[in-house]
Parts: sequence; structure tokens; C-alpha cells
Amino acid sequence: MAAKPRVKVPKKASAGYIITIKTLVTHKMESGQRKDKEGNVIPRKIINKFTCEFNGNVVFTCDIDPAVSANPYLEFSAKVMESGTFKFIWLDDDGTTIETTKDIEVS
Amino acid sequence: MNINRRNMIRASVKMAVAGTLGLQASRVMASPEDTAKALAAFAGDATPTAGTITLTAPEIAENGNTVPISISVDSPMTEDSYVESVTILAEDNPNPEVVTFHFTPASGVARASTRMRLAKTQNVIAVAKMNDGSVFTDTRNVKVTIGGCGG
Amino acid sequence: MHRVFEKTNVALTSLLLVAIVGTANAGGPVDEKLIIDGELEMITRTAAPEGHPLDEVISGWHYRTPETRALEADSFQNPGMLGVELGEEYWNKVEGTEGKSCASCHNDAASSMVGVGASYPKWHAPTSRPINVELQINQCRVNNMGAEEYAFDKSGQKPLTAYIKHQSYGKPVKLDLEEGDMKAWWEKGKELYYKRTGQLNLSCASCHEKNNGKYIRADHLSQGNVNGFPTYRLKQAGLISTHNRFRGCIRDTRAEFPKAFSDELMALELYVTWRGTGLSVETPGVRQ
Ligand code: HEC
Ligand code: HEC
Repeated sequence: MAAKPRVKVPKKASAGYIITIKTLVTHKMESGQRKDKEGNVIPRKIINKFTCEFNGNVVFTCDIDPAVSANPYLEFSAKVMESGTFKFIWLDDDGTTIETTKDIEVS
Repeated sequence: MNINRRNMIRASVKMAVAGTLGLQASRVMASPEDTAKALAAFAGDATPTAGTITLTAPEIAENGNTVPISISVDSPMTEDSYVESVTILAEDNPNPEVVTFHFTPASGVARASTRMRLAKTQNVIAVAKMNDGSVFTDTRNVKVTIGGCGG
Repeated sequence: MHRVFEKTNVALTSLLLVAIVGTANAGGPVDEKLIIDGELEMITRTAAPEGHPLDEVISGWHYRTPETRALEADSFQNPGMLGVELGEEYWNKVEGTEGKSCASCHNDAASSMVGVGASYPKWHAPTSRPINVELQINQCRVNNMGAEEYAFDKSGQKPLTAYIKHQSYGKPVKLDLEEGDMKAWWEKGKELYYKRTGQLNLSCASCHEKNNGKYIRADHLSQGNVNGFPTYRLKQAGLISTHNRFRGCIRDTRAEFPKAFSDELMALELYVTWRGTGLSVETPGVRQ
């Protein structure tokens, strides 16, 4: 069982306002640098890319390396001009994704 | 930005990179060339200039596993003039690359925060690339104290 | 570090003492307030209960760096909240032969569990001993759900414990020592707290009572309170249970360490929790 990703987006904002978005997701971020008890390297398995879209347009993306801490935290901004939906996608080394959305009402 | 200052900064970036040579005790560290290579891969031929970008990082990190960092670039974010990306490098980690943020005019402002791993006390370098190809940099030294008690 | 301990015990004992003595005047708890999201003020310093050796009890939060303190002060950024939210999923998960979840009987934890975590360990008459939240969860799993006990630190144990304690966020720790044999267990816990053990001949009090506020190598020693448990530790990047922390501290004195939930550790948890009487439950606290 894994916790859902946590995303913080204001519910409402005025048009043209720059909002702060915070995201936190559960992931070990296995760096590929660690060894197990037998001395074998534990294979790398990380979130390597993060994307934030608004109404289908890319707002912010991020290439992630193993030096980002476990349970990756990302905070960034977006300028909102209209109401709509933010979509957040975390891409795992194994090809799977974690996705979630958040709506915002812009007046 | 005059030429002299540019050269000085270029020298200091080189020095910062070369400075790790003397400390290279363990083979799990990135070599100074790795850092220089990562920098070149990001910035191309452009010489990074100090200023415009601000990197915020703790002076002392209680545990190298989770070190909060933030960057902020003083720049407009319009279709004509904006910050394309910012990369973070850690000189003395096994690999220097940490994270690269890619902004768009829809970002509104080029600001981002994350948490990173630091293998030991070292310089963290932030480099910003603007859409016109100019490159800016800022460096912070973070002291890593790894507690040895209490499990 | 532990490997180093094994190799150079003697050197380390003196190093340890030098480390503590050498920085005798450095540090101390910071004079700041912990206000979660700028809204919920936590009690992180308060007058000690009667019979306590110190005048004031202080949360471990005060001994951490500004960045670690800031992580706990923002309930969104606090990575331990991922564990709390996972706990909520376990709360609603149907398991066992009775086809029930915790919520089947206790409904919404946000009302049924308020203040509960602040009063554990509690006397448990059926087993004639004090139990902590972890053991109460196991009681309900076995007796009320027909499900298996959680093994120590496994499966839903840490997240569910964190979720239950988080329902007491901000509430002061208060134990009922009048029930059953709680006083006798308190005495037993106190004895263990002051007993010097291990090759380094240290007691809990050597570090957390006599030397709190000082540095032991790079670590800033706190009073060793448990009001933030399970805490999110930066070192392990995950929730750490009270008994795991105790075992870690005991292991560092090079002593044999008792099993989780053993009489020794239950007595110690009861006594150490009492030492933090009046502090707000901070679960999930953030520590280095
Ligand atoms: C079939 C009903 C039932 C189920 C299912 C159940 N419990 Fe309970 N639980 C009880 C009863 C009955 C008590 C005892 C009430 C009392 O004496 O205060 C109790 C007591 C508790 C207490 C102590 C409350 C206090 O005030 O000290 C906690 C904590 C608790 N349960 C947690 C859980 C958790 C977590 C689960 C799921 C893993 C769970 N329970 C599942 C019936 C249930
Ligand atoms: C050699 C010194 C030493 C001894 C002895 C020791 N500890 Fe610790 N303990 C530490 C250090 C260092 C830390 C991490 C910094 C801090 O919070 O004090 C710690 C942390 C803790 C914490 C976490 C505090 C928090 O705010 O999260 C608890 C609880 C604790 N110890 C309990 C105990 C108990 C109980 C004993 C006796 C069985 C004990 N310790 C013995 C050094 C010690």
C-alpha cells in the first residue's frame, strides 16, 4: 500500500496571479549507490522526471537524478490566467507513472 | 558585466572545481572533470556569470540525506525573455548532477525548491540558462554533519 | 559509525567524553516557537511535572537546525505526513475474518481518536501491563477483526500509530498513573533510565539529562522526549518508532538491547513519556 501523492494548489486565485505549488510523493529514490548486506549493489530505481501541465500546456518540468532525496519534494510557481486543471506526473525508472490533478478557480 | 569580472568568475568556477582534487579521498566521489563536463553539457560554451540567480541552502545540514535547497532567478518570464532552465550540481557527490528545473513563461517566476542528498561537506552550484543563451551561477558551501548516535 | 564503535571502544569512550566536555558551553535549546502553518501553536516547553529532576521539559524540536525545524512547522512539507496519510488508508482497510476495518467500529478517527494518542501508554487490565498504541492496535486486530498482529515496525504498524497519534496533534501528553500497577511500572522505567549499562557505561540520563543542550560529536543532545513519535528521521527518510529509537540509543552504549514491546521497553516508554508530560503531541515530529 502506498500513500497518494500530496499536492498543494490554492483553490482560488485572481487572473494573472502567480501561485506557489508544492508537491510531495512517496518514493525510496534508490540511488544505485547503496549495497545490500551481501555487498551487491542495489539497483537504481528513482523518479527521473516530473511534469506539471495546466489545461494541457506544460508549465514546469524537471529532470531528476539520484541525488534528490527519498520522498521527493518539489515546489515551484505558475501564473494562472483562467480556471482549469493542473496535472502532475511523476515518471519512475521502471516506466510507471504516478499522476494526480488539482482544479483551480480563477476570477 | 565587464570582461575582467567575467574572467574572474570563470577562474573562480575553475578553482572551485579544481579545489576538490586535494580532497579526493574516496573513489565514490565525482571527479572535478565530471563536474566540469556536467556544467559544459548544460551551459555549452557560455561562461557562467555570478549574480541574477540566488541559491539558498543551509550552512550546516544535520543530515546529508535531506538537504533543503531553493533557487530563484531575477528575470522577466515573458515569451521574449525568460529563464529556460536551472541545474543544480554537487561537486563531491558520486555524480555531480542533482536536478534540472525547466521553466516556461507560464511559470510566472523562476523559483523552485527541492531536497537533496549530500555525501559530505561540499559546494553546491546552481546554474541558470536564459532563453538568449546567457548563463548565470551561484554557489553555496554546505557543511554536512552526520550524527553518529541514536541509531 | 557502529563499525567504528566495534573497533575502537576504548578510544571512543574517551572521544565521547571529550566530545561532550569539549563543547560544554555550546548549544542549548533555541528560543523559538513551533507554530504549525502559522496557526497551531505547540507546547514545546513547559514546567516539569512534580517529581521530575529538571525544572522544564523541552521538546526535541528546539535542538534541531533551522531547516529541520522549518520542515516540522509546515504540515505540508513535513514528509512524515505521507506516513500519516498512509495510516488513514490502513484505518479504512478491511482485514481479517470479521470483514471489518478500524473505521467499521471507530468511524472517523478525526473525532473518535482525538486525545487518545496523548494518553498512551495506558494500563491494560486484560494483560495486566501497560500497553502503547502499537499494542492497542494489535489488540483490536486480533480480538475485534480476526486479523494477524502486526510484527514490530512492519506493515501498517508505524503509519497507523502515526495516524492515531496525529489525531492528538497539539494536545498535551498526559498519562494516568493511578490505574492498575502503573506506578510500579513507572518505578521500573525510572530505574532503567538511570541504570548505566554497556561497555560505555552510560545511562539515558548521562546523555539526555546531564548533557542535553551539548553536542555529542555532531549531534545536538535533546532531553530525549517521545512526544513526536513516530518521528520522521532525515537519516532514514522514514517514520521511526519509539522502540526503534530506544533500541538505537541503547545499542550506541554497546549494551545488549531488549526486544521491542518487552517489559523493559514498555516500562521505559511509560517513564520517558511521563518525563514529557505537558508537551504537545507533535506526531509526526521531524528529527535529524
Ligand atoms: C469490532 C469493533 C472494533 C474494530 C474493528 C476495531 N476496534 Fe479498536 N476498539 C474496539 C473496542 C470495543 C475498544 C475498547 C473500547 C474501550 O474500552 O475504550 C477499542 C479500543 C481501541 C483503541 C483505544 C481507545 C482508547 O480510548 O484508548 C484504539 C486506539 C483502537 N481501538 C484502535 C483500533 C484500530 C487502529 C483498529 C483497526 C486496526 C481497530 N481499533 C479496530 C473495537 C474495535
Ligand atoms: C551516548 C548518548 C546517548 C545515550 C546514552 C542515550 N541517547 Fe537517546 N539520543 C542520543 C542522541 C545523540 C540523540 C539524537 C539527538 C537528540 O535528540 O538528543 C538521541 C535521541 C533520543 C530520542 C529522540 C528524541 C526526539 O526528540 O526525537 C529519544 C526518545 C531517546 N534518545 C531516548 C533515549 C533513551 C530512553 C535512552 C536510554 C535507554 C537513551 N536515549 C540513551 C544519544 C543518547
